[in-house]
Amino acid sequence: MAQDMKPIAQDLHTEEMLISMGPQHPSTHGVLRLELTTDGEVVRNVRPFIGYLHRCFEKHAEKVGFTGVIPYTDRMDYLAAMNNNHGYVITVEKLLGLEVPERGEYIRVIMAELQRIASHLAAFGTFANDLGAVTPLLYAFREREKIMDIFEMACGARLTYNYYRIGGLSGDLTPEMLAAVRSFLDYFEPKLKEYDDLLSYNKIFIERTAGVGVIPLAMAANYGITGPNLRASGTSWDIRRNDPYSIYDRLEFDIPTGRGLKGEVGDCWDRYMVRMWEMRECVRILRQCLAQIPEGEYINPKTPKAIRPPKGEVYVRVENPRGELGYYLVSDGKPNLYRLKVRSPCFTQLGVLPAITDGVMLADLVAIVGSLDIVLGEVDR
Amino acid sequence: MGAVAKYFSDVYRALATAFVGLGVTGRNAFTKPTTLEYPDQRWTLPDRYRGILHNRIEDCIGCLACARACPVDCIHIEISKRDKEEYGLTSDGTKITQWIPRFDIDMALCMVCGLCTEVCPTCCLTMTKEYELAVTDKRRMYLEFATERDKEMVRKKMAEKEAAAAAPPATQE
Amino acid sequence: MKEWLDGVIAGSALLQGAPREITYFLAMVFFSLLAVGWMAILALSFVWMERKISARIQSRLGPVYCGGKFGWAQTVADALKLLMKEDLIPRSADRLLFTVAPVIVFLSTLLTFAAIPFGDNLIIANLDIGIFFILAISSLAVIGIIMGGWASNNKWSLYGGMRAASQMISYEIPVALSLIGVIMYSGSLNLLEIGRAQAGGFWHWNLFRSPFLFLGGFVYFTAAIAEANRTPFDLPEAESELVSGFNTEYSGMKFALFFLAEFANLFVISAIASVMFLGAWHSFLPWQILPGPIWFLMKAFSLVVVIMWMRWTLPRLRVDQLMQVCWKYLIPISLVLLVGLGTQMWVFSGR
Repeated sequence: MAQDMKPIAQDLHTEEMLISMGPQHPSTHGVLRLELTTDGEVVRNVRPFIGYLHRCFEKHAEKVGFTGVIPYTDRMDYLAAMNNNHGYVITVEKLLGLEVPERGEYIRVIMAELQRIASHLAAFGTFANDLGAVTPLLYAFREREKIMDIFEMACGARLTYNYYRIGGLSGDLTPEMLAAVRSFLDYFEPKLKEYDDLLSYNKIFIERTAGVGVIPLAMAANYGITGPNLRASGTSWDIRRNDPYSIYDRLEFDIPTGRGLKGEVGDCWDRYMVRMWEMRECVRILRQCLAQIPEGEYINPKTPKAIRPPKGEVYVRVENPRGELGYYLVSDGKPNLYRLKVRSPCFTQLGVLPAITDGVMLADLVAIVGSLDIVLGEVDR
Repeated sequence: MGAVAKYFSDVYRALATAFVGLGVTGRNAFTKPTTLEYPDQRWTLPDRYRGILHNRIEDCIGCLACARACPVDCIHIEISKRDKEEYGLTSDGTKITQWIPRFDIDMALCMVCGLCTEVCPTCCLTMTKEYELAVTDKRRMYLEFATERDKEMVRKKMAEKEAAAAAPPATQE
Repeated sequence: MKEWLDGVIAGSALLQGAPREITYFLAMVFFSLLAVGWMAILALSFVWMERKISARIQSRLGPVYCGGKFGWAQTVADALKLLMKEDLIPRSADRLLFTVAPVIVFLSTLLTFAAIPFGDNLIIANLDIGIFFILAISSLAVIGIIMGGWASNNKWSLYGGMRAASQMISYEIPVALSLIGVIMYSGSLNLLEIGRAQAGGFWHWNLFRSPFLFLGGFVYFTAAIAEANRTPFDLPEAESELVSGFNTEYSGMKFALFFLAEFANLFVISAIASVMFLGAWHSFLPWQILPGPIWFLMKAFSLVVVIMWMRWTLPRLRVDQLMQVCWKYLIPISLVLLVGLGTQMWVFSGR
């Protein structure tokens, strides 16, 4: 926590400090090292250093067989594990040409959207915590606990679910579990209004986040930013709408975008509010799924016991709560895959930091990093 | 004039939103806390909960499906073929054709994913609801399920085989 | 105080025989120890209150284990733990400054306890410049914080210390200006007299005597929270940015001194607010149902609860926004309030 002092480049007028906002820091969401060059309280340059959480996921994937990769995908972006699972199994199913039964698809979407709510809650809580409001963190995690209870009922685990299988899921959702989802939605919707009262329109919060860390739309597109961060800059690009997978084309939902209501389009407040509005949309999607879910199989009965896709390669992208998660899979007909490359949304988003942080204050840097909502597990894999 | 109006509206908005926020936290202060006082109170675990592994060895047929399915290779099994007259039966009627002198699960490696339990044909490998796995001696995380009987049978067979190989070839007819 | 002491000496044969200076000296020692003890008890109970209040706001329980169901002994346990911790001084830190810093901060808060009236004539030192003394002494804390930040030889502590310096010095001004309004109205710097002037029902309290004093109360409250480094003004200790600001390198008893000083300071500012604005030891009805000190403590404690409530609700202000609030909002507003109060007094009472 105490970092060494390395005064550098003493020119005649000012002395700039080189500080490591080091791998262990309460505000970098995970083990991220930001090397800052500061002039007093103003940041001049930011260099992110990553790799502290690298666990050779892509190499492991080549050794454990297609089904064995699924628990590993949980551990990449551990706050959005269901979505990671979803992306991977869709990729293998595309190679195999395997269809998933309708009930399976509906359950998958229910789990994915619940996970999206949980992930945005974590983002909201930790962002508020970075800015000094500690209470929203506790409220967000209280809500997350309820979601994790539902996941625990469905698959037995609270963080690393391993619920999706190639061809469907590992278990069905019983009527009790669906009722639990319904009661959670009824409990959660009024909470969103509470969070808005507590934090979103609070003048101090707006002062801290509006107009800070503006990412113009052109810059966002150039840096490959996706997900809520891109939508906050003004466009409504969402893979669930523009390149639909699963049954998203049957569901009605709006895509919230940043409109610069409190500052400029694409500032921290917009990114934060896009996540809050997205949680509302997730609730809408969930209610539709609960109403429309059919009876039937939850896994394709013709799924082979030994998964051996034919030779080929495929790239599939899904909408992770943090952006576009892409899986590029190369199979050479053997029981283990040949190569799996993951396009991690947070990895690309981290690259925009040096461009938007010249001349911001230290406190703003914390707000910007928090609003980008990065998870180092995904950045480093 | 606009600047003056903004000045006062800023002050008003700061105070107003602060009061609204105070109201939210104040209301929450009087709701029931959501804390579960562990270890005095415990959570009732759902049926599908993935806790520590347990193998009902008398139902195990030694098919090695779990060892193959495990992504971290934490299940170590050795099997040895039984003679026809030594075949056994599991509780659901499957024939047991192998002796299993070694069935070890290294819980220190296990990532509790449950893939091994899904492929077990006789459902002898299950996940219990035991989650308090902290130990002071790492060797206690290495679970051994093989029975003494299987180990004894395999040892005897090995001894017989060695004796037969060491005996003079004249005994071959 | 001296009169009371003389009265006690006159009434006791034993004390009459002893030389005056010794008696006074012993009395001083006794009351200083009383003040330290009272400050420690207050600080400990505020720490407990903060943990319980924050826990209830956040839908959790707070300490429930130590000392029965309500965990009141938790703070005592924590204080004992801090006493027994290794007293670490970083090798490259400035030893003298490092050790002296927490002492200065603690002292500045402790000394103000001498001038706070807990009831009618219940005051350790009845100074005619009471409130001036309190303001002056509590400004000394800034020196301690800067020393702590610098002596730690740690960049993050340095940040904390510098921010604290600018913040605390700037906010002295609105504090003083809003209190000057009350002093103008009461015509005295003596806290006992200010307190006595608010007798009667709550409509005699200074807060309700004039709309300018009403707003002045809010200005004082805000500025005092900033003085005490509490959220939304707690940049010097901003946990998420600077780990712990100037506190980072401190452990053991030195840290305990900083900590206790902060909580005792909360009491001091609430006490000043209740004496100057909320009628000191008088009840809010014309009849004094409970003894004076009880009312005083109730008022001070409820203000402390409000300060804690605000800490757990509001996010933190950035340094430049903090300075803006002070210089662009609080100071002009308090100056305007002063002028308005003066005009009102001149028009309505010819003073």
